[in-house]
Amino acid sequence: MSWIGRLGDRLKKAGRSFAGVLALGGSERPLDAEFWEEFEEALLAADLGVGTSERILEGLKTVARQEGWRSAGQAVERFRRDVERFLDLPGAPILLDRKPTVVLVVGVNGTGKTTSIGKLAARYTAQGKSVLLVAGDTFRAAAADQLAIWAERSGSQIVRGPENGDPAAVVFDGITAGIARGVDLIFVDTAGRLQTKNNLMEELKKIRRVTERALGRAPDRTLLVVDATTGQNAISQAMLFNEVTPLDGLIVTKLDSTAKGGVVLGIVERIERPISYVGLGEAIDQLEPFDAREFVATLFDPQ
Amino acid sequence: MFEQLSDRLGALFSRLTGRGRLSESDVTEALREIRVALLEADVSLSSAKSFVARVKERALGADILESLTPAQTIVSICHEELVALLGGAEARLQFSDAPPSVILLVGLQGSGKTTHAGKIALRLKEQGRRSLLVAADIYRPAAIAQLQRLGEQIDLPVFERGTADPVETARLGVAEAKRLGISTVIIDTAGRLQIDDALMTELERIRAVTKPHEVLFVADAMTGQEAANVADGFHRRLGITGIVLTKMDGDTRGGAALSIFERTGAPIKLIGVGEKLSALEAFYPDRLASRILGMGDVLTLIEKTRGIYTEEQAKSLEQKMRNAQFSLDDFLDQLRQVRKMGSMGDLLKMIPGMSRALPKNFELPETELKKTEAIICSMTRQERRSPQVLNGSRRKRIALGSGTQVADVNRLIKQFDQAKSLMKQFGGKRRPQIARGSFR
Repeated sequence: MSWIGRLGDRLKKAGRSFAGVLALGGSERPLDAEFWEEFEEALLAADLGVGTSERILEGLKTVARQEGWRSAGQAVERFRRDVERFLDLPGAPILLDRKPTVVLVVGVNGTGKTTSIGKLAARYTAQGKSVLLVAGDTFRAAAADQLAIWAERSGSQIVRGPENGDPAAVVFDGITAGIARGVDLIFVDTAGRLQTKNNLMEELKKIRRVTERALGRAPDRTLLVVDATTGQNAISQAMLFNEVTPLDGLIVTKLDSTAKGGVVLGIVERIERPISYVGLGEAIDQLEPFDAREFVATLFDPQ
Repeated sequence: MFEQLSDRLGALFSRLTGRGRLSESDVTEALREIRVALLEADVSLSSAKSFVARVKERALGADILESLTPAQTIVSICHEELVALLGGAEARLQFSDAPPSVILLVGLQGSGKTTHAGKIALRLKEQGRRSLLVAADIYRPAAIAQLQRLGEQIDLPVFERGTADPVETARLGVAEAKRLGISTVIIDTAGRLQIDDALMTELERIRAVTKPHEVLFVADAMTGQEAANVADGFHRRLGITGIVLTKMDGDTRGGAALSIFERTGAPIKLIGVGEKLSALEAFYPDRLASRILGMGDVLTLIEKTRGIYTEEQAKSLEQKMRNAQFSLDDFLDQLRQVRKMGSMGDLLKMIPGMSRALPKNFELPETELKKTEAIICSMTRQERRSPQVLNGSRRKRIALGSGTQVADVNRLIKQFDQAKSLMKQFGGKRRPQIARGSFR
C-alpha cells in the first residue's frame, strides 16, 4: 500500500479528514469573504502559522482579482498547484555518490532521530549496501542501546562509545572506522538538543568539525528531524540548526498522527531545503521518500 | 518559555500605555494583536477565539474607554483570563491514603515519558517518598534499558519483565510495590497515537488493573494545533487527571498548554525545564500568566535563589564582606552556588522587562564562568587568600595551569579587587550580591 493509502486509513480511523479545504472549494461556492475566512482558518488549524497563511491568502486574492475568478474551487486548485511546486525542491534523496557517504542527523529531543536512522539503514542494507551507524548520543540513558538494536534489525554495523563520553570523539572514531572498513554509508546519530541551548549547539558544531576532519570534507547530508505534531517552534528549530550546521533536508516524522505538519511550509519557505523523507509509523519500512504531489493531495483528499 | 508571546503583548501594551486613553480602534487592534500572538504561540484556533471573545466582552463591560488607565485594564483582564485558562490555582499530585499510590504516564511518542518518570521519581524521593519505576514500554527499542539506567542514577528500583505483556507487567509492578512497602508506583508506558485503537485499548486495560490515582498526560510544550485533539483522545479513553508539560526550557511559546487545559479540564501539574533529572518544577498558572504578559517571573527567581545559601552561610559571608576578608575561595564558592541554579540567561529572563531588554537567544557565556573557575582552581591556597602575592611568574603559571591567557588572570584579579573595594564601601549595609563581577 502506498503511504498515502496508509495515511488515508489512519485518517478514516480518526473519524476526520483533511478534506476541509477541498470541501471548501468543492462546490460552486462563490469567492466571498466567508470563504476566505474559512480558508484562512483551515490553514491556521493545519499549523501553517499566521505569517505563512497571510502571505498565501494575499497572493491568492491578488491572482483571483487579476484573473477574475468566480468560484472557490479555482482558489483551492491554484493553492494545491502552488504548494506542490513550492515544495518540489531538488536534492532530496541521499545519493551514494561518495564512499563512504556520511549523513549527519540532528534535531530537538524526541523527534525520532534514532528511529529514523534505523529505518533508513534498513532501506539501504536491503539494497545490498554496507551501512555503519555511529552512536553520537552519549547523553540520553540507553540511547546507544536503542541504536544498537536498530543496527541488529537492519543488519548494519555500529560504533559506540561510553555513556556520557565526548560525542565528538565517538563520531571521529566512527567515521575513521567506516573509512577503514570501506562501508558505503555512515549515519551519525546525535543527542536531541533544544536549539536555544548554546552549549549544546556548540557541541554540535564540534561534531560537525570533527566529521570534516575525519572525512576530509563536510558531511554529505545533514538532515534535521522535525516532529509533524510540532507547532510554530519548528521554524525556530530549522533556522537555528541551519545556522550551526547547514541543513540539506528534513525528515518529517509522525505524519501518521492527526497533525498535518503544515509548519514545514514555513520551514521550506525560510531555509529553502527539501523534505527528504517522511515517517508514517513505527514499523521498520514506514519511512518513505517525500513526494510533494502526494503530500499536498493528502492535505486535501485522504481517499 | 512563552517569551515571544510576552514580548508581543508587552510591546503592544507599552505602546498603549504611553497614550493614556484608548480609542475604540485601539481596543480592536489590541484584540487582533492578542489573537495573532496566541496563534503564533500555538494556542489552538478555537481557544484563541474564545479567549479574545471573553477579553472583549469583559473589556467592553468594564467600559475601559472611560477608564483612566485603559491599557492596565486590558492587561489585568488578559491576566485574569489567562490564569483561568491555565488552570486557576496551583494543582498538586494526588496520593492515596492506602499505599501504594499509582501514577500512570501516557502520551505521544517522544514527548518525554521515560525521562519524566525518572524526574518525577527523583522529585518524590526528595520529598521523602520512594517510588518503584515500572517499565511497561515493550515497543521502543531499549526503552526498558533507559528506565533502568535512570533508576540507577537516582537509586530507585525498576520493575520490568522484558517484552512480556505490559498489562500484566503493570499489575505485577503494583503488587511488587505492595510487597516491598514502597509508597508510589510510576508506570512508564509506550508512546502511542490517540487514534491507535489497539494500543489505546492496552492503556485502558493497564488502567483497569492498576487503578491509578494519577493518569498524567505527558505533552511536548512545542506541540501545535493538534495538541487539544490529541489530549482529548487520551482523556476520553483514560480520564486524564493531570498534565506534565515537557521541554519548556526552549524558546517555545507553549500555547499548547492553554488549549490542552481548556479542552480536557485536566490541570498542568508539573513542567520539565531542562535535561537534568532535577529539572522539573511545579506549575504556577499565575506566574506563567504574568510572564506571558511581560510582567516577569520574579517568584520563580526568588524560589531558585532560596535554598542556595543556608542562613549560616549567608551570615558568615556577610561578616567576611563587612570586614573585607572576602577571599577568592569565597568567590569561587559563590560562583559554584550560582551555577547550581541553572543557566544565567534563564535566570535573567525571569526579571520583569528583561525578556524584552535582552537580545534574542541571549545567554551569558557559561564558558566565561568556567574559565574563572579554572583560574581560581589553579591558584595555591595562599594566592587565593592574598592575591597581592601574585607576581608575573605566578600569573603565568596560573594561566598555563588553567588553560587561559595571562590577560584573563589579570582581568579576574582586577575585577576581584574592584568588587572588594565596593564591598568596603557598602560594608554592613548590603546583603551579599551574587557573584558580582564574575560576568562583568
